[in-house]
Amino acid sequence: MTEDQVKQIVVDIINEIAPDEDTTGLKDEINLRDQMDLDSMDFLDIVMELRKQHGIEVPEAEYPQLASLASCGTYLTPLFNAK
Amino acid sequence: MHQSRIVITGIGLTSPNGNTLEEYRKNLLDGVARIQMIDLRYMGKVPAGVCDFDPKKYQTRKELRVGTRAGSIAIYSAREAIADSGLDFENMDKSRFGVYIGTTEHGNVETENEVYNISKFDYDTRYWTHHHNPRTVANNPAGEITINTGITGPHYTIGAACAAGNAGLVQALQMLRLGEVDVALAGGVSESIQSFGIFAGFKSQGALGTHESDPNKTSRPFDKTRNGIVVSEGGCIYVLERLEDAQARGANIIAEIVGYKINSDASDYVLPNPERQAECMRAALKVAGMQADEVDIVNTHATSTPMGDIQECKAIREVFGECATTYINNTKSFIGHAMGAAGALELAGNIPSFKDNIIHPTINVEQLDPECHLTNLVINKPRKVDAVKVILNNSFGMLGINSALIVRKFED
Repeated sequence: MTEDQVKQIVVDIINEIAPDEDTTGLKDEINLRDQMDLDSMDFLDIVMELRKQHGIEVPEAEYPQLASLASCGTYLTPLFNAK
Repeated sequence: MHQSRIVITGIGLTSPNGNTLEEYRKNLLDGVARIQMIDLRYMGKVPAGVCDFDPKKYQTRKELRVGTRAGSIAIYSAREAIADSGLDFENMDKSRFGVYIGTTEHGNVETENEVYNISKFDYDTRYWTHHHNPRTVANNPAGEITINTGITGPHYTIGAACAAGNAGLVQALQMLRLGEVDVALAGGVSESIQSFGIFAGFKSQGALGTHESDPNKTSRPFDKTRNGIVVSEGGCIYVLERLEDAQARGANIIAEIVGYKINSDASDYVLPNPERQAECMRAALKVAGMQADEVDIVNTHATSTPMGDIQECKAIREVFGECATTYINNTKSFIGHAMGAAGALELAGNIPSFKDNIIHPTINVEQLDPECHLTNLVINKPRKVDAVKVILNNSFGMLGINSALIVRKFED
């Protein structure tokens, strides 16, 4: 799985948990919370949906790795490919 | 001690047969119930009262995803009440608003949903949602109103079983009189139709209503063949103000709350006690400074259970048996039992009587149970009278909580 595919998975999850947000122009390197109205509970939703939909476990200490789409791609792609 | 008079200046509601007071009232006068069969987890098809208001009218999709159905019902009803009140809400001091919402129960729906959710993951609690606690705290429906509206004054729910709608109004009245708030949003809400446990509990108790062919005939208080409750969702929230404040802003004053009482049976978990119910009604009349024969409408709590209806009829005969012009009706025959919303919603359905002098009937009485005979019970078709000036609303609940609220047509 490529980083772009993993980033698209994250965007799909965001579309589910923040349905009022427009995710079409999200910038890769900028923190998601600086681009959208996402709160801490929304981030926990992202973690939960990665677990539920894809069996990916993100330990609490690693949550900062989900800050931007780019960091999500870098951090999550090896986890997806290791499944 | 001087006590401010407390008046109703706005009403917002959603009921199985109407999402505005106008629609709801029209259906009560036209004999239109809208009970439907729903497919409930583990239970299969059961009759229930379902509301079809548009939740997106006042909430974002994210709010709807994160919040509860009770919260949505509360927000819709509160926003409609604010709009009805004519308050310049956006420019007002939100710290002077209080939110007092009656609930029969809260959290069953969300807990059942999460247990079902983790059952799909072999009961691994890592899949239990982090939204569980904010969704199930008892103040949830009232708190969701404050988040949606920006109200920063006090908010909480009043847990009072099926007397809760009236209890919410009583709490608001007291807080206004204490000067704790200047405007109160008060009433009751229920999301109970999403909880299989509520239905299953009533069924095990022998108190869940059925009808062989027509869901709209399932809730039939006072009928000889009645066999139990129809569970409904719904909400009704009032804007309450002190009379002097309402008059100062030139508000449309809908009615005045003049009497109330809440007491306890102290006798049984589920079986009502007519002696205490009669005491409750008499005490409310005393607070209002009224005699029984000054009441024009007694809106009953009767839920269509075999014993509960008989018990309430005994209590009403005791208090109003000699009153020639006191009429008795029931709203659950149309909308089922909206639980925490019942008292507030049923009262709202009768308030238009102050203008049209028509008393909506109790429907679905094909054969009146002799044990439920009441002089002036308005059966199956509306009754036009010379004047309606006073309504007494009964709402009773499990563990023996009784409430009676008396509302009077506003006269300065």
